[in-house]
Amino acid sequence: MNTTDPGIDRDWLLLFCAWLISTLAALGSLFFSEVMEFAPCSLCWYQRIFMYPLVIVLAIGLFPVDRGAVRFGLPLAIGGWLVAAYHLLLYEGVVPESASPCRQGVSCKEEYIEVLGLLSIPALSLLAFTTVVGLLLVLQRKLRT
Amino acid sequence: MTKKLLIIATLVALIGGFIFATSWYRGTEAERVETIADESTNVLVPRHAMTLGPEGAKVTLVEFFDPACETCAVFHQPVKELMAQYPERLRLVLRYAPFHQGSDRVAKMLEAARLQGKYWEALEVMFATQRRWASHHNPQPELLWELLPAAGLELDMERMRQDFAGFEIDSIVKKDVEDAATLGIRKTPGFLVNGRPLPSFGLSQLHQLVAEEIAANYSD
Repeated sequence: MNTTDPGIDRDWLLLFCAWLISTLAALGSLFFSEVMEFAPCSLCWYQRIFMYPLVIVLAIGLFPVDRGAVRFGLPLAIGGWLVAAYHLLLYEGVVPESASPCRQGVSCKEEYIEVLGLLSIPALSLLAFTTVVGLLLVLQRKLRT
Repeated sequence: MTKKLLIIATLVALIGGFIFATSWYRGTEAERVETIADESTNVLVPRHAMTLGPEGAKVTLVEFFDPACETCAVFHQPVKELMAQYPERLRLVLRYAPFHQGSDRVAKMLEAARLQGKYWEALEVMFATQRRWASHHNPQPELLWELLPAAGLELDMERMRQDFAGFEIDSIVKKDVEDAATLGIRKTPGFLVNGRPLPSFGLSQLHQLVAEEIAANYSD
């Protein structure tokens, strides 16, 4: 086992990418709410609750690459993925509006008109969570062998 | 070492990008609002809006406010002081952005009081008693029907209720809500100085923007 810096290997790079995506997503969500001043709905908040800790947990897991990063990161990412998937179904009208917890919230409107190119905010979130889950699953398999 | 460098470089790039995007967005947003304000004064200062200060002032401060908003209450006095600083050159235009639940009703009450020449008095009472009627958990704007006369305002309450329910006042508040959306006002108080939004929220930023516009419009 190397005692000093073993250099950048593929495991580290996988985890780094997962960290990069969660950080981008966290900053992006802050941009939407703080700069563009879109009020986050309740489902957005649950996704934030899962996404923001990933930024810290994955960063700590990078030094050195640690199985713990997967252990702690994966449940967060999967939890966020589930909320994001539900949110997107709701947004696209697959889940009926009456089932939406958004409706009761004060600052929550069920439609966010904002679309970046083709992607809505819930779609961006689902994309980010999917990528992080995918990267962490690959890393988990590699670390086991 | 390279790993740490990579992380730090990434963080610096991300945060730098965030800051850059923020200033870019604010810039384009300010431009958009200024264009709208230039093209149609009706969106910025409609004829029905309550104003304070000389008609011919070259600098117009538009404040979108919510009677139930605590920050608006806090800003009320400083804005009046700012007005006093430029009595000949600055005009204040008050408009409604009733974002809180039930505060559109308070805006309508205010307009009804205005028809009896008691706008400013009613506004003072509303801000002074805000804690009692604008609790976030239990907003009770109806309380104001008693609080206003209780504060010694000589209002014909029957007439006020009639005006309150009328179409004209309703359309005034609706127009303000529409224009607030058009002008990108999403928080209160929302200030526009000659159509220019504040670069960032704060009293000193407001003072500075007003001073800039005064300097740009008056030569001495």
